[in-house]
Amino acid sequence: MAGVPLYAQFINLFAAILLLIAFAMLAQRRVLTLIDLFAAQGLALAISTGVVAYGTSQPHLYFSTALTLLLKVALLPWILHRLIRRLDVRWEFEGLINIPTTMLIGIVLVVFAFNLALPISQLASTVTRSTLGIAMASVMLSFLMMITRRKAIPQVIGFLAMENGLFFAATSATYGMPMVVELGIALDVLVGMLILGVFFFQIREQFDSLDLQHLEKLKE
Amino acid sequence: MIEVLLVLALPLIGAAVLAVIGERDFAPEVNVVASFCTLLAAAALTAKVVSFGPMLVLEQLFFVDPFNVFLVALTAFVGFTTSLFSRPYMRIERAHGHLTAGRLRLFHSMYQLFNFTMLLALLTNNMGILWVALEAATLATVLLVSLYRTPASLEAAWKYFILCGVGIAQALFGTILLYFAAEKVLGAGGGALLWTELNSVKGDLEPTVLSLAFVFLLVGYGTKVGLVPLHNWLPDAHAEGPTPVSAVLSGLLLNVALYAVVRCKVLVEASTQTSFAKELMMGFGLLSVVVAAFLLSRQKDIKRLFAYSSIEHMGIITFAFGMGGPIANFAGVLHMTVHSLTKSAIFFAVGHATQKAGTQSIDGIRGLITLSPMIGWALALGALAILGMPPFGVFASEFLILTTAMRDQPWATPFLLIALGIAFAAVFSKVQPMVFGEPNAHRLPHRPALVPVFVHLALVLMLGLWIPPYLAEWYRQAARLIG
Repeated sequence: MAGVPLYAQFINLFAAILLLIAFAMLAQRRVLTLIDLFAAQGLALAISTGVVAYGTSQPHLYFSTALTLLLKVALLPWILHRLIRRLDVRWEFEGLINIPTTMLIGIVLVVFAFNLALPISQLASTVTRSTLGIAMASVMLSFLMMITRRKAIPQVIGFLAMENGLFFAATSATYGMPMVVELGIALDVLVGMLILGVFFFQIREQFDSLDLQHLEKLKE
Repeated sequence: MIEVLLVLALPLIGAAVLAVIGERDFAPEVNVVASFCTLLAAAALTAKVVSFGPMLVLEQLFFVDPFNVFLVALTAFVGFTTSLFSRPYMRIERAHGHLTAGRLRLFHSMYQLFNFTMLLALLTNNMGILWVALEAATLATVLLVSLYRTPASLEAAWKYFILCGVGIAQALFGTILLYFAAEKVLGAGGGALLWTELNSVKGDLEPTVLSLAFVFLLVGYGTKVGLVPLHNWLPDAHAEGPTPVSAVLSGLLLNVALYAVVRCKVLVEASTQTSFAKELMMGFGLLSVVVAAFLLSRQKDIKRLFAYSSIEHMGIITFAFGMGGPIANFAGVLHMTVHSLTKSAIFFAVGHATQKAGTQSIDGIRGLITLSPMIGWALALGALAILGMPPFGVFASEFLILTTAMRDQPWATPFLLIALGIAFAAVFSKVQPMVFGEPNAHRLPHRPALVPVFVHLALVLMLGLWIPPYLAEWYRQAARLIG
């Protein structure tokens, strides 16, 4: 890897970890482990943002790192854990498609994402451009997870993981969005999570379960 | 400058106040007053922009030009009339035992917050904040859709949250790509997402990146506009939420989301120098018109029926903006106005009609004209107006769009005409027995609010017969901006 600075190699490493965790989430059946995986993905994201900040001397990225650590590694997993405890759900769940098939579809998606990202990463001047494909791939894998899961909480974790992927895309393509936008996005994610918390209780109260099969009455 | 701040601050203050006192007996009046003050501030802002031209406020954070100022005025106006309508409507719901005091407080507070997010989305100059505001609008309304806590309303709210959330995540990726392209020209930092800055360098932006960005932005914001095939959340959210929420979703949210698409289209079109963005918008628009028209005839729920009609009209507007050019854009902006006014008027009438009949099923509502002539006429006239009967304003804008389509995109005209015909047959045949059939309904505990309905319909009628010169000039300027 001559010519590639050490920090860039670190970023590639963490990008790879991010993608691996996205696959692990796709394969994970247990909801508690899923939350831990989500926290781990947040951590990988925070570290790689920190490395980008250090390597390219972008001071505002340190702030994003702190925000990611606070929100995605500490606060959101904590809220999710609390929710699970309060709702007392600890089931293991079946997806709509079995796990090996899901993984195969996932691999196809990764290839597709890399192809899609290729023209953009060629235009990018950032050292992190090679990771743009990974960012897109993890967005698509989270998307796949949302589609294949039937229960409410895994769908939400998929949604949050998708936001992780988008955030990673922003860092790798442009060294992060302007601060005010990043703060706004963080606020939206947090408020969204709180609203979902309220929502879970409403669904549970109404159906006695968080299985979204109950939510398939409305057609057309 | 003070006007812009007032327009944004008043609904925010209203939301905070109503979060505390929203369940009191006088809360609906407070809601009306807050909306009315917002309307006054919006009127002042409009007057200023009309006399002094576009303005940039607070270090370019906010931007007002003829295109968004008319939407600000429309949003504040429909926000105000809907608050007038929700006053008796929510009281009746409370009297019928559909709502608890706490939920009424939630409704009032979130209603103001929703107005705030709409106005913020319209006024901001920053494409990133636009995204944040539209996502916040979803969050503010998702608990309103599930206000009744019935299984169907929970399902609708869940669908709304997840589909719009996923959709808007695509739009975020589009915004990131936009920033990525802009950063090369404008340098890193906050300036690269300001629409005015982007607009001044739009010819230099990298075309490949912008084309890709536009696909994501159109799919993302298009989900909120309710474009087919991303429309699944829309009828459910409209049918299961309280009627004032349906009225503002149809009348305001869809417009604002479409506004976001059009802002992006202006940039992309100038950058790519191809008709890519145009064709994409025309395609989605036409598909929405045709599919919605066919689905209209299968509806059994009155609110779903008009929700599908909203999809159809959003399709028409998207198609008009896709065609572009001064006349089509003029017609698009006009259609946004008249659709917003007519559709919210219809939802007001439908709201009281369903309360009278005690059901939302079309078969269950019969003979409104004998029971309550005013509601009956309101619904009949509203339906005729939305179907594009002359002399209402919808006819004028649809006529302009159709004639432009015949000249510029002749292939599309048959699809549009057939879809409009089918929509007419479907809606008319369903509304007619509701108004004139054998009556079955009961009395309401509060007087229904029908003034807003007739004010809206009168405005639409006026726009069909005579557009005031300053308004026409306004629309023309907006049309020129869109290009």
